[in-house]
Amino acid sequence: MQPVATTFFFCFLSGLTVLSGILVITQKNAVHSALALIFGLLAQAGLYLMLYAPFVAGVQIILYAGGIMVLFLFVIMLVNLERSQKEEQFNKQWLVGLLAALALGGLLVAVYVKGGELFPEHIAQPIESSNTQEIAVMLYGNYMFAFEIASLLLLVAIIGAVVMAKKRI
Amino acid sequence: MLDYITSYLSSNTTPGQAGNVFWALVYIMIVFGGVSVAVMAMNWLERKALAHFQIRLGPMRVGPHGLLQPIADAIKLLTKEDIVPAEADKFVFWIAPLIILCASFTVYIVIPFGPTHAITDLNIGILFMLGVSSLSVLGVVMAGWASNSHYPLIGALRSSAQMVSYEVAMGMAVVSAILMTSLNKTGTGTLSMIGIVQAQQSQQMWFLFKFFPLGFIAFGIFAIAMVAETNRAPFDLPEAESELTAGFHTEYSGLRWSLFMLGEYAAMIAVSSIAVTLWVGGWMRPFPNWLAGETWDLVFSLIPGFLFLGLALIAFIGVVRMPKHPYFRIQTIGLAGFGAVLALIGLVLFVPPVRDRIQDIFWFVAKVAVFMYLYIWYRATFPRYRFDQLMRVGWKVLLPVGIGVLILTAIMGVLV
Repeated sequence: MQPVATTFFFCFLSGLTVLSGILVITQKNAVHSALALIFGLLAQAGLYLMLYAPFVAGVQIILYAGGIMVLFLFVIMLVNLERSQKEEQFNKQWLVGLLAALALGGLLVAVYVKGGELFPEHIAQPIESSNTQEIAVMLYGNYMFAFEIASLLLLVAIIGAVVMAKKRI
Repeated sequence: MLDYITSYLSSNTTPGQAGNVFWALVYIMIVFGGVSVAVMAMNWLERKALAHFQIRLGPMRVGPHGLLQPIADAIKLLTKEDIVPAEADKFVFWIAPLIILCASFTVYIVIPFGPTHAITDLNIGILFMLGVSSLSVLGVVMAGWASNSHYPLIGALRSSAQMVSYEVAMGMAVVSAILMTSLNKTGTGTLSMIGIVQAQQSQQMWFLFKFFPLGFIAFGIFAIAMVAETNRAPFDLPEAESELTAGFHTEYSGLRWSLFMLGEYAAMIAVSSIAVTLWVGGWMRPFPNWLAGETWDLVFSLIPGFLFLGLALIAFIGVVRMPKHPYFRIQTIGLAGFGAVLALIGLVLFVPPVRDRIQDIFWFVAKVAVFMYLYIWYRATFPRYRFDQLMRVGWKVLLPVGIGVLILTAIMGVLV
């Protein structure tokens, strides 16, 4: 099936992502920030879908929006919101912040201007229907070692959390 | 325009794959309406069945045998005062039921009622279903927090802990079923809901009986986890009325509360249809191999019609047994009319073109209905778990068993 109204959906989803990103840092209430972050992550899942990567989009929804953000909210609800609302939201280092923003903006503009040379001429048309299989071949075939190392790192993190949380093991 | 509408009828795919917007909208309307009616019917059936489990009569006043009770309830809920607590977070309080409702209705996009009777067939179907239905926990958490009150907050915390932990066990069971789809010549499995049922068709076996007892255990894990996932008894800790009044929706009333109920029942139907698709053969009729052949096809295709005729017969027996007092005259007429409608539906289902098209939908819905009845049965018979017991079952029993089943399935898949 041919994609419909790609420009509209791209603008809609990326606009939603940017808007919710801004809301995440400007909202005073931590729960509102977390909610804005959820909407941002969902919009990102939509963008992955537009890039012919349905598997990544599905995993984004399950892991980030459904799993991690629930834990985020869980923790935020347990902390004292009254006190955190009175705290200062932004610190006064606007000069450094401005420089960093300018550097990042310059980089983006440079990529946009010079982008034609950096990327291949023809856009590779990935096959949407075998996206899952291709990712599996990459993860468990070509990059097996790196993948296993990454999962080992996560195991170390889990053990570390248990050691820190439990007094007697 | 007319061509656009009729061209789909000759194509042999779902409207989503054919890219036909008109028929996709029609399918969405049908599914949405069907699920809403099913929720109302389930509401009536649950009250009635629970009552009979406890040797009561249940709703009897509104309509014959309380058949119009769900409509009366709906009118009551719509006209009730909608209260928002003064200290509540207005926006979050307002959006929480909508999130639950959207999450539980969006998953119906990929549910395959038949080889072509689905709104669309995503190639990440099952992943999409699990992901979107896991979003409903956000609605629960938001509702509990936004109410700014103790019982809802505790309910929301319980709910999020419970749903996150049972999702893991559920995922393990689902993955072992997906592994089974890859046992074909090419060795590539599928995540698409239609593809999963077709894999069972080509392997000539429900995944429930595959590698006996592995498929059976995986199905059992899913069947337990799905009850916990939908916050139903015996795992209804988030809304345990003896401890938390009504849990996360204590502060909700009227229409918003009814949205929670609608979302909960829609989610129950959705997870039941995941179970039906993955393990019980989806839209396939029972015994397609043992009782094969044209005669058996005909016999099985007549079952829907006869079922509705049987229901009509029960309704007419009810008419005869109604008290003869004039007070019951309207109810008697109503029940007779209901029976006549059922009989008419039954007769329509005998017409060959309708019969062929409705068959797969009928078997799918019948299988889901069994699961829905099980939900009521659980609620009537099992005592509620304590929270630490619930967590122990989730993490120390279901998860290890799920991982074990997954590993054994993979080994069996390589060996066979």
